[in-house]
Amino acid sequence: MNYAQFAAFILLLPLLSFVVLGIWGRRYFPRLAAWLGTASMAAVCALSLYAAFRYFFVDGSVGGVFQPIIAMQVPWLEFGYKNLSIDLGLLLDPISVMMLVVISLVSLMVHIFSMGYMKGEERVPTYYAFLSLFSFSMLGLVLSVNLFQIYIFWELVGVSSFLLIGFFFTKPSAVAASKKAFIVTRFADLFFLIGILIMGIQAGSFDFGMLLQQLTNPASDASVAMASAGFLGLSALTWALVLIFIGGAGKSAMLPLHIWLPDAMEGPTPVSALIHAATMVVAGVYLVARLFPAFQLDAVAMQVVTWVGASSALFAAVIACTQTDIKRVLAYSTMSQIGYMMFSLGVGGQGEAAALGYTASMFHLFTHAFFKSLLFLGAGAVIHFVHSNDMRDMGGLRRLMPLTHISFLIACLAIAGVPPFAGFFSKEEILLAAWQSNQVVYYLALFTAALTAFYMFRLYFMIFWQTDKQYHHHSEGTWSMKLPLLVLAALSISAGFVPFSQFVSADGRAAATHMHWQFSIAPVALVALGIGLAAWLYQRQNDKPARLAASLGSFYKGAYRKFYFDELYLFVTHRILFKMIGKPAAWADKRLVDGAVNASGDATMAAAQAIKGWQSGRVQQYVLVFLIAVLLLAAALFYWLV
Amino acid sequence: MVPVSHILFFSTALFFIGVYGLLTRRNMIALLMSIELMLNSININFVVFNKYLWPGQLDGVFFSIFIIAIAAAEAAVAIAIVINLYRSHLSVDVDDAAELKY
Amino acid sequence: MTLAQIVFYLLAAFTLVMAWLSVSARQLFRSAIWLLFALVGVAGIYFWMEMEFIAAVQIVVYVGGVVVLIIFSIFLTNQSGDDMPLAGIRRRIAAALAVLFGIGFTASLVAGQSFTASTQVFDNEVSRIGHAMLDTGVGGYALPFEAVSLLLLAAMVGCIVIAMKDGGKEKINSAATAAATEQNQQ
Repeated sequence: MNYAQFAAFILLLPLLSFVVLGIWGRRYFPRLAAWLGTASMAAVCALSLYAAFRYFFVDGSVGGVFQPIIAMQVPWLEFGYKNLSIDLGLLLDPISVMMLVVISLVSLMVHIFSMGYMKGEERVPTYYAFLSLFSFSMLGLVLSVNLFQIYIFWELVGVSSFLLIGFFFTKPSAVAASKKAFIVTRFADLFFLIGILIMGIQAGSFDFGMLLQQLTNPASDASVAMASAGFLGLSALTWALVLIFIGGAGKSAMLPLHIWLPDAMEGPTPVSALIHAATMVVAGVYLVARLFPAFQLDAVAMQVVTWVGASSALFAAVIACTQTDIKRVLAYSTMSQIGYMMFSLGVGGQGEAAALGYTASMFHLFTHAFFKSLLFLGAGAVIHFVHSNDMRDMGGLRRLMPLTHISFLIACLAIAGVPPFAGFFSKEEILLAAWQSNQVVYYLALFTAALTAFYMFRLYFMIFWQTDKQYHHHSEGTWSMKLPLLVLAALSISAGFVPFSQFVSADGRAAATHMHWQFSIAPVALVALGIGLAAWLYQRQNDKPARLAASLGSFYKGAYRKFYFDELYLFVTHRILFKMIGKPAAWADKRLVDGAVNASGDATMAAAQAIKGWQSGRVQQYVLVFLIAVLLLAAALFYWLV
Repeated sequence: MVPVSHILFFSTALFFIGVYGLLTRRNMIALLMSIELMLNSININFVVFNKYLWPGQLDGVFFSIFIIAIAAAEAAVAIAIVINLYRSHLSVDVDDAAELKY
Repeated sequence: MTLAQIVFYLLAAFTLVMAWLSVSARQLFRSAIWLLFALVGVAGIYFWMEMEFIAAVQIVVYVGGVVVLIIFSIFLTNQSGDDMPLAGIRRRIAAALAVLFGIGFTASLVAGQSFTASTQVFDNEVSRIGHAMLDTGVGGYALPFEAVSLLLLAAMVGCIVIAMKDGGKEKINSAATAAATEQNQQ
């Protein structure tokens, strides 16, 4: 059984599809492009499922422990320092195989959905080319064998996300959003890179297997070097991990680097489903999970992960309750759910919940991918129908779009954590992990769960209930838009029943599933409360929400304005960075640097002006000077030097 | 017997007369003539050194012969250039052909 | 003072005067004629030194070739009768000073050396020159001879190309070719 062959195909097919569609698509087969892209993604999906089957049931487990399989590895760049080298390879282990399945499934659904959604757009081949590029980058990211390779694909993911957000490049807001997403994530990636370099220099390796093996052994050179070096009272390991986490937080839209995610909703809605819900934004979670054994060693880094995750979860949930743009609500909900995954990893390091937090986080990642992409695709179908993003333009759609209504409801139930939908199981595990290690985080998470139920059903009721509006359109959409909704709805119901802890755990051993029905009472009750509140406020058109908002006063306004984070960033960048640093730097560049360059140029010109008269073109003058010089030199030579 | 140095004084004087012409004349053909004078004085030196100091060899003589040959070729080319320049500038004044500056 | 000495000083004085006239005459054609006499004087010096072959070459090439060529070009440039403009006074003073310094400096150098004439007989028969000219061994000049013949060929072609640039004047071509061919026959 040769993994290298088909693992490489999983990467090569989207790349090939990107190149073919990108170069020849628009000219030679504009109609066929969508089919080609979808077909290649379907093949990738089949290969991924096969890889998962082979890994989990045939090859992966050795004596009950899942071993990482390096399917392929070639040295790419050797540094000649501490045997440091950058390799390129393919790594198969439980989380990467799980991610393969998630990415390729969601990506396939998005490809199919886009065939209906993007119908009539002019640049469909380009769109599919970008989707293929994104799939390639994301699959490469999860299959990376070392930190540097993950960084390469990390940036590729960033680029393809940039391209897709800015797909409607004639819209200024889309252009601004794509730039914002790129710059913010790029800014975070700078820290990521520094972290990688610290890691490489101190531990002497970028390779995950080597790195974790070295770091978890306290006597190894790498551990000693990591512990002995330090800065500002924190060890090199802490710095490296925190910096790497900042990179992950940037991609995963964690507080305070989240500002790009809501704006990224300017992209086509299926793209949001793929990139900004199911795959790219969980890259940060994946990164932390990848380095989980190293994070476990460092309490400070774990605290950072926990609190950033928990505060992001709560913060985003509060904002989501006030937004009226359907996609922005979903964006903040994504941020909130990723916050869940993050703090679940963070609490995983402490106490007896070590394995539980890790498994719970990955499980939530797995289930969240399905119901969140279902929500986005459903929102896409609604937007396609209504031609507006604003919930206030919607209402009463349950009769006009029955299938979308049912699947959206399923997704809402799943994300709210209503048993027996997928989100219930994963969220329960997260809450359990938090309960066992950090009670404060547990109560925060519990409150956030109630908020989640509230804002999701607020969304649901405002779209599908309330009074009917006037719509021009009276068809729910093509089969290509319905099929993915059905498939994802089925997954949202069933994904929770996967015995996840059998396959994914921190140490590779199958763990028992922790389920206590008594423990579930509080969350389920709170969720029911949240749903009930949403139904009471929003099921019929009335003025209760407005009165509630008025009574909440400035808090509501603050949440509606997203707690002024954008304004804060604008203030920091424009007032402080641009004015205090940018302007003096520009002045120094213009006056000092350019001035020095110009001065040397001017000096040269002036000198040339001064001496160009010597180059008179008069031969006799040259001869005279030459003669006098020769005579003087000869005289000097004969009379004084000899 | 004339001392060798007297012949050399003579050739020196001839050379610097040529130099003076080269520096003060403005007609390019006159410049060419001055150069011919300088070449002649050099030839005389070669021959003198060969005859009086190293009579066993013929190198000075050969140098003279080759210098004469090359001078003839140089004169032919120079005059072709002068004529061409005269056609384009309608002048043989050396300062009128001063385009090759800055 | 022997006759040989008298002849030398007379020849030298004649040559220098002619050369001076040649560089100072205001009319170009006269200048060329003075040059002709100066070159003949140099040929006379060669005769005085018993260098008959060099003297013959001097007369054939310079007097018969180069000066004729120069006179041709003077006619072609059509300025034979006019007075040539003088160089600026500063230029002339600077040139004179440089030249006088050069003469003084060189003469002092020459006077500082004691050139003692060798007593050995100088054999410069034409047959010896001819043999050495085509000798490929040590002291032979076959290679420079061939190089010079190539140079003359190049000069000939070059003259034709330069002179023919715009339409070409047959006279110049033929003049240049004549000089080159003549030289080649040496």
